[in-house]
Amino acid sequence: MTNVIAVPPSLDDYSFEQVLEQLAPLPADAKILIDARHARWASPYGLTALLTLAQTRAERPALAVPELDETASYWARAAFFQHAEALYDLHGAYPKRRDTGESNVLLEITPIAKSDDIHTIVGQVQERLKRIIQGELKLETKAVLGFTMTLSEVCQNIIEHAGQGGWVAVQSYRWTKRLGRRVVVIAVCDAGLGFRRSLESAPGHLPSARWDDAAALEEAVIRGVSRFRDRGRGQGLAGARNYVGRWQGKLSVRSGTARIAIVPPWDDDVPLAEGLPQFPGAQVQVIIPEHAPAAASQGSGR
Amino acid sequence: MMNHIDVSSVLRQTVACDLYSNLVTRSTGAAVRGQIERLLGDFGDAGGRALTVIDFSHVAMIDFSCADEVVAKLLMRYADADAPGDAYFLFRGVNDDHWDAISAVLDRHGLALALEADDGVRVVGVLSDDERRAWRAAYDLGRVGAADVASELGADTADAERALDSLCRRRLVMRVDGDYVAVGGGFIGGQ
Repeated sequence: MTNVIAVPPSLDDYSFEQVLEQLAPLPADAKILIDARHARWASPYGLTALLTLAQTRAERPALAVPELDETASYWARAAFFQHAEALYDLHGAYPKRRDTGESNVLLEITPIAKSDDIHTIVGQVQERLKRIIQGELKLETKAVLGFTMTLSEVCQNIIEHAGQGGWVAVQSYRWTKRLGRRVVVIAVCDAGLGFRRSLESAPGHLPSARWDDAAALEEAVIRGVSRFRDRGRGQGLAGARNYVGRWQGKLSVRSGTARIAIVPPWDDDVPLAEGLPQFPGAQVQVIIPEHAPAAASQGSGR
Repeated sequence: MMNHIDVSSVLRQTVACDLYSNLVTRSTGAAVRGQIERLLGDFGDAGGRALTVIDFSHVAMIDFSCADEVVAKLLMRYADADAPGDAYFLFRGVNDDHWDAISAVLDRHGLALALEADDGVRVVGVLSDDERRAWRAAYDLGRVGAADVASELGADTADAERALDSLCRRRLVMRVDGDYVAVGGGFIGGQ
């Protein structure tokens, strides 16, 4: 029997939880069909998380592609189908060749498996980032550099801690529904060890009385703890945290059954969510919004 | 002896690609530091003290992990009692695009370095007020004794000597025949 998992029309970090809730009762070897026919929009997080999901399955899953041409075309431009072909049995028509026209895709979905991949990624996005962050988000030059550093550090998180490869995508778009401003977004997802298991592998690790995915995320993201005892480790996520704070951005990290977020004034997310459906690895999202002097007074609209 | 290491050149040799000008990733940083240490070893073969300019002029950006490897670990290794050589560093070409990452790792490890700017050399990072003032006096005065620095600062000679000795251990001041010379200061005689 094939279990059909419905993809919400708008697929982002929040609505992806609906996908995971449907998956939660199923064993890893259950046959599943990810039904994205009615998907209309997907964030970089949504697309990279879908690829990651396939990597968590013991049985090769199927995916029904979006019916709307515009959506399928965008997913193709983001290189989703290029990678999904290796992970899913794809059902339905989708563009086989990527449209290379003007796009909000700053970095199409890109696999990260080794350090050299990050050099290539950083080299690819620098000029385009400069145009988007200064020209469209109206932020200072310094924001471009910080964004690139943050991109590098969150990608390195995969190489250093996941124990296997992952995915990164960067996109800019107008976030009408929630913010009413342009944003530039990094999504980095892997199906690897996750923060709890990574920290547990530290020499001499002693779990605290309350040791779970949420505690591990607090250690890593808030306190800069790493599985390495080297004092210089753990600066990457700390740097990303400082960067999003400076530019009123948002950082969220999901791992296992928990998600931690650095929440800006424009958002009403919870700082720590526990008891989420189990999902392996780590999923990181960074959102930097367009400069707006009255940003702090805007509601999220969610 | 004054040596020069162009970090961008070392980076290109290390990652074997002429297109890369970004110092990113910890593994790249470790490889670049390894190559810098090999070059320092070659310089050291000439014997004695060596002042080396670490030149970031052609580096586009550096991330935190790479700064930790290239800057922090380099400074710590040569400030250690078991350092492989008598090496001092003057950092050149560090601009705003590099500074966030470098200052973060200096803060994290409690380190300081001598930085060349358009208007001269200054020390940056984590220093006590006494160390900062003593370094400035030594830099302004040239080759000096502790008494000269104490006189300049209106301080006790013992206090000035303590600060200068601390700066020597941190590789920010050289000891030359009983005198002190700030790294980046003009006069390095008696080598």
